[in-house]
Formats: sequence, C-alpha cells, structure tokens
Amino acid sequence: MNDEILNGLLLDEECMLTLGELSHACAMHAEWVMELVEEGILEPSGVEVSHWRFAAPELHRARTVMHLQRDLGINISGAALVVDLLDEIRVLRQQLDRLGEGY
Amino acid sequence: MEFEDYYKIMGVKRDATQDEIKRAYRKLARKYHPDVSKEADAEEKFKRLGEAYEVLKDPEKRAAYDQLGKNWKAGQDFNPPPGWDAGFEFSGGGFTGAGGGDAQAYSDFFESLFGRRAGGFAGAGSRDFHARGQDHHAKILIDLEDAYHGATRNITLQVPEVDSAGHVITRKRTLKVRIPKGVKQGQQIRLAGQGAPGMGQGGNGDLYLEIEFKPHPFYRVEGRDVYLELPVAPWEAALGGKVKVPTPAGVLDLKIPSGSTSGRKMRLKGKGIPGKQPGDFYVQLKIVLPPSDSKKARAFYEKMKQELPFNPRAALGV
Repeated sequence: MNDEILNGLLLDEECMLTLGELSHACAMHAEWVMELVEEGILEPSGVEVSHWRFAAPELHRARTVMHLQRDLGINISGAALVVDLLDEIRVLRQQLDRLGEGY
Repeated sequence: MEFEDYYKIMGVKRDATQDEIKRAYRKLARKYHPDVSKEADAEEKFKRLGEAYEVLKDPEKRAAYDQLGKNWKAGQDFNPPPGWDAGFEFSGGGFTGAGGGDAQAYSDFFESLFGRRAGGFAGAGSRDFHARGQDHHAKILIDLEDAYHGATRNITLQVPEVDSAGHVITRKRTLKVRIPKGVKQGQQIRLAGQGAPGMGQGGNGDLYLEIEFKPHPFYRVEGRDVYLELPVAPWEAALGGKVKVPTPAGVLDLKIPSGSTSGRKMRLKGKGIPGKQPGDFYVQLKIVLPPSDSKKARAFYEKMKQELPFNPRAALGV
C-alpha cells in the first residue's frame, strides 16, 4: 500500500463542473448531458453550451438518471420524473425523522 | 464456494417461461435498484438479481444451469463437476449493465460456471490510440466527527483489472484519503488521476468519492445542521439550570430556562458542521422521569401527588 495521503478536491456548493467534466464523470457523451438539460433534469448556469457550468450536486442527479436508464430501461422523461420524486421522498423522509423525535 | 439458486433469487418456479422471468426481473430490479430502494442491502440484492437474470434470460446458460442445478440447494458447498458444460456453447457477450465504469462483479459461483467477463481493452494498443481512463465512483462511509475535524481515512476499493490472459480480475486497492473539514452528506471528493489508467498518452481517469455518514446513535444530520434529543430531569426543566450537552465538537454547557417543557427546541448557533456558513446544532429537550423502583422514590412521588395540585389533562377537559 502506498503511504501517500491523497488530497482531493471537495465538490461543494461553490464548485462548478464543465460539460466535459460532467459527461466524463458519467462516462457518457456530451450529447446525453445536453439531452438532460433539454429535459430540465440539469440546470447549468451560463447561456451558451461552452459556458455551461453545473453545480456539484447535479453530478449525483445525472448519474442516477444514467443508472435508471441502463438498469431499468427508463427513458429520459421517465427518469426525470423518478429523480424529482426521489428528491421529494428524501425531503419527506427527513420531515418524518424530525416528527419521529420525542416519541 | 456456495451454490446459488438463481430461481429462488428471482422468485420464479423452475419451469417459468422466459416472459415470466423477464417480468420478475423488471419488478425486482425496480424494488432493489440502489438509487431507488431504501433497503439496507439493496445493492447486494440488486447485484445478485442481475447475475441470476444474466443466466436465466439466456436459454443456453439457463439450460446448462438447469442441467447442473437439479441436485443442488442454495448455500451448499459447490464445485462444478468436471466437464459439466460439455455440449453447451456460450455465445458470450451480452452481459447486462456491465458498461459505464461501474464494472459489475459476479460471484465466484457465476465465474466458475460461465467464466469471467472478457476484457474489452486487452491488447488494444496496436496503433497510436490515446484515451483518458475512465472515472471511477465509490461511496465512503465516515463518522460525523470526521466532518467536524477533518480526518485521514483508509479506503479499500475493489478494482476490476484485465490480466495478461485477458480475464478481468478484482484487485483490492487501498488509498489514504484526506477528508476535508466541513463535508456534508452526499458531497463528492474528486481525486484527480486516481481512476482507471488511460491508454497511450491519455491520462488517468479521476476517482469520485461520495460522502456518506455512518448512522449515529444520537445525532441526526440534515445538511450542515445537527440535531440531538437531550434527556433532562423534571427539576432541570422546571427550575432551569446548566446541563452538559455532547456535540461532535466536544461537550458544551447549555443553560436551560426555567419552566421548559418537553420538546422545547434550543439552537446552538454555528455548532453544526463547520464551513463558510457553518450549520447549527439543535437540541430538543426530552423530560425523563426518575424510576420509581425504590421505597424512597415511591414515597417522594406520593408526596408530589399530595402536595402539587396538577392535572396534566386539564386542557383536554377531563
């Protein structure tokens, strides 16, 4: 084992990814990422494609869509609905946790 | 190595039609998909399901498996009998879901029967071909305390590699990674150049680590805010006073106002997960009664009953 300590880059709220970085991190073509933007699943800042910047949490969304397409054969619109619902469920679960306290 | 009952995993009868198998797969895949399912072992179940389907959806593999499987039960110690696959020819290829950098690992059982997945890139270095290596993704479980202080953690990854004979083998790789202070659940750390090796002069891919907190027995985390239910004695709530509060940053003193009720929320500003905008630490009081398991305690409760005029149900009109 290598003893070197690796220092990574934390992709926090302020860290933005380019179209190239995002597509590479999903092992998909840029065209696929552009489809996700078209569908409203991802919302990059910047108007022109070359200026698009994606907030780090978008990477997680994009990869979830990729898995849903690949494993369950869901199309992009279906996957868009699923990731929205997953987000909603996450928020509801947190509220449930909060309410569950003290019982 | 143990025998795997693929029919049992998929919940179908041994004489199920290909259509029934396909339907069972679709249904279970939705149930156990790791991005969707909340079941703790969803990932493992999804992997085994994929493997079972890999065999049963392919009439050739299924026939060979059936031939073999008549006398075996799941979990039995298993070694493939010599020449078991004589007379079968596997067309190869067509492995479900094996693309996209999330190389799927099959069980030893599967590999002993159907071989390892043939490596796609073996021997591809014929002419000037350059490509950046794939990015890898992994989850890393850390303690909440690590987010408060930062930490260095060893992580072990299973890395699929192509050996000289063109087979995919899984190698264990251990890395020492610095967890920066202030990380949140779901955030990713990008380690440049720690993904798959590139080809030709293409550079290495990156490694993305997704942060996940281990469940904590008493803290609950939301974003950068941390929540704690704090037990207090009735007299601490009634009379007020200073009590000790554990936080991931260390023990703090909290002043409880007199007349506090159960469920009262108090905020310790900036004592959540650190960051440019640090989170807050929320304490919710929970009044806990001393046990009445001694003569002395019972006598004391009796005295309270007699001397404190108190109807907790007054607001309910009874």
